[in-house]
Amino acid sequence: MAAINQDNHGLRLAMRYVVLTLLAVVFIFPLLFMVMSSFKPDLQLLRDTSSLRAFLPVGDISLNNYYDAFARAPIGLFVFNSVLVTGVTVLLSLFFCSLAAFSFVYLNWKGRDLALTIIIATLIIPFETIAIPLLLLVSKLPWIGLEGVQIGWLDSYHVQIIPWIADGLTVFLFVQYFKDLPNELIEASRVEGATWWQIYRKVVMPLSGPVIATAAILKFLVMYNQYLWPLIVVQQETYRPVMVGLQYFFQLNISWGEIMAYLTIITVPVLAFYLILQRAFIASIASTGVKG
Amino acid sequence: MKLGMTLSAALVASVSWASMASAQTELSMWYHGAGNEVEANILNKIVEDFNASQSDWTVVVESFPQESYNDSVVAAALAGNLPDIIDVDGPVMPNWAWAGYMQPLKIDEAAIEGFLPGPLGYWNGELYSVGLWDAAVAMVTRQSTLDALGLRTPTLEQPWTGEEFQAALDVAKDSGDFEYALDLGMAWTGEWYPYAFSPFLQSFGGDIVDRSTYTTAEGALNGPEALAFGEWWQSMFVDGYAPGTSQDPADRDTGFVDGKYAFSWNGNWAALNALEAHDDTLFLPAPDFGNGPKIGAASWQFGVSSASENPDGASAFIQFALQDQYLADFSNGIGLIPPTAESAAMTENYGEDGAMAVFFDLTQAQALVRPVTPGYVVSAKVFEKALADIANGADVADTLDAAVDEINADIDRNGGYGH
Repeated sequence: MAAINQDNHGLRLAMRYVVLTLLAVVFIFPLLFMVMSSFKPDLQLLRDTSSLRAFLPVGDISLNNYYDAFARAPIGLFVFNSVLVTGVTVLLSLFFCSLAAFSFVYLNWKGRDLALTIIIATLIIPFETIAIPLLLLVSKLPWIGLEGVQIGWLDSYHVQIIPWIADGLTVFLFVQYFKDLPNELIEASRVEGATWWQIYRKVVMPLSGPVIATAAILKFLVMYNQYLWPLIVVQQETYRPVMVGLQYFFQLNISWGEIMAYLTIITVPVLAFYLILQRAFIASIASTGVKG
Repeated sequence: MKLGMTLSAALVASVSWASMASAQTELSMWYHGAGNEVEANILNKIVEDFNASQSDWTVVVESFPQESYNDSVVAAALAGNLPDIIDVDGPVMPNWAWAGYMQPLKIDEAAIEGFLPGPLGYWNGELYSVGLWDAAVAMVTRQSTLDALGLRTPTLEQPWTGEEFQAALDVAKDSGDFEYALDLGMAWTGEWYPYAFSPFLQSFGGDIVDRSTYTTAEGALNGPEALAFGEWWQSMFVDGYAPGTSQDPADRDTGFVDGKYAFSWNGNWAALNALEAHDDTLFLPAPDFGNGPKIGAASWQFGVSSASENPDGASAFIQFALQDQYLADFSNGIGLIPPTAESAAMTENYGEDGAMAVFFDLTQAQALVRPVTPGYVVSAKVFEKALADIANGADVADTLDAAVDEINADIDRNGGYGH
């Protein structure tokens, strides 16, 4: 009997590994194709697509596509712009959205529920529907810079950051997480005489690592993949992000090898950011799963 | 003393330079060629020459990727942020002029004398844009293919008739030597469809819209001639002459060179690759389906934005850029067709006996600009979808009727687009 159970267990384990391996292959192959193709000349790259060679570092392998990609576009500038805009937006978003969520969960004020409902309702509004009104708005707003007061935010970093700081999803994530924190902690802090700011800074946020990681990763992906917004508000190359930069490679005669090299380069910050936060991200997903 | 005089001279020189620099008014220019180093170098050379040639204006270029350029311009127009000089794709120009993004050019007529019609952008009887090059398509094949299939070589004077072309496709298909007889480039989408395929429709006698009024597509896109075109078009895919919308982009790029196709409908920008692969490559004129052989015309052109407060300076730059040497430089650099015979003679490929001189002749003899109407930007997309649907087996008459309804509804919504 025990032998049969052991056999079943072994079989189930093997099946599980087979399924997981297949899933891993499905997810890893596009990345593998991208990286391998970035080392191949176009003719070979296109011919290899019909066989498994597409996923292998075989044939005429070189770094030429990388040299050519750097010659075609200021990739370093684009990556810097994207990392800067994304990084600042993520930090500001975590701060302001968590503050808003703190207010919704712990403070009593008139219209709180209605305000939260409205904020969460914004989740169903596609950005494309508000892009033009937002463009008209930011093109008329004043900004105080080094050269004094200017009208219009176009062609700047802040036009890519400020409209994206607050968003319904991040507020919602923090609200849900804060609601599950033990209320006794907050009450005890109040009894001890802590201010709301102290409670936010020293009690609630230190306990919120998983939701911070989740919100940060989701926000990072949204910001790093920005295309439409920077396309319409940024006309100077100086401020262009990576996704708009990708268009530099779509010429009359497209060099797919250069495109793959560019994609490989701009994927690195995303992978690095995810790897740094993955433990907390998984912890957050796991903890969300067992609650309820 | 000497030092003092030297310093004084330097001071005077620097003040003079500074006052000259400040006297120059800056003209902003947007260009669609970001990522194309060759194009950028040629344009920068023209700008440098212009800036050095006079003391009134300084042109400053901002380059955009071509794929997203139009969206950037439309957004900037909405935000009131247009530059002085813009470049615009020829068939899009009437829309931008009608929408108020552009103003007419103020250039000397002599500067555009002898230009091919494609690079001249007219709207409402006024010149709004001028191109430094044109583009053309041809039926690409090999002399050895024609010989092996026993086909005569069509000429500009005597292109293939529709029947001859069909017979050529039949014999190529029946030979079994090719995966497909004809590569139409269905893997390419967007503007390629109206640019490359509407000339077939026009050769049949139809069109995307009725050019006599530009206020309807009725009769032009769903009349008997258009139906005949639609049936022929569908037969190309249903009967296995050409790969359809699922064509692998890799095959579009290398299929002809690899010998998968007997004929390839392709542009002059791909001609050098074909010539390098096979030295007996031929560029044949479009077949004549009854109303004359046609190919598309008009590429990117320069114009002045309506927001420019210095249209004289902007026009002066554009006129400066029309010198034969620059037209030849662009042709040599990016392989496109120079717009004048004089500049063609100065190029490597389009001069007498040049490898691609035939494209200049093709443009001169067969080119027809796409419908000159602001509504083209919409009707082109409707046309593209209709052709893809027909290629995929949709009923020809129903599809063309639906396309006509959609185009007409758009024209009505926009009050006839000023026609």
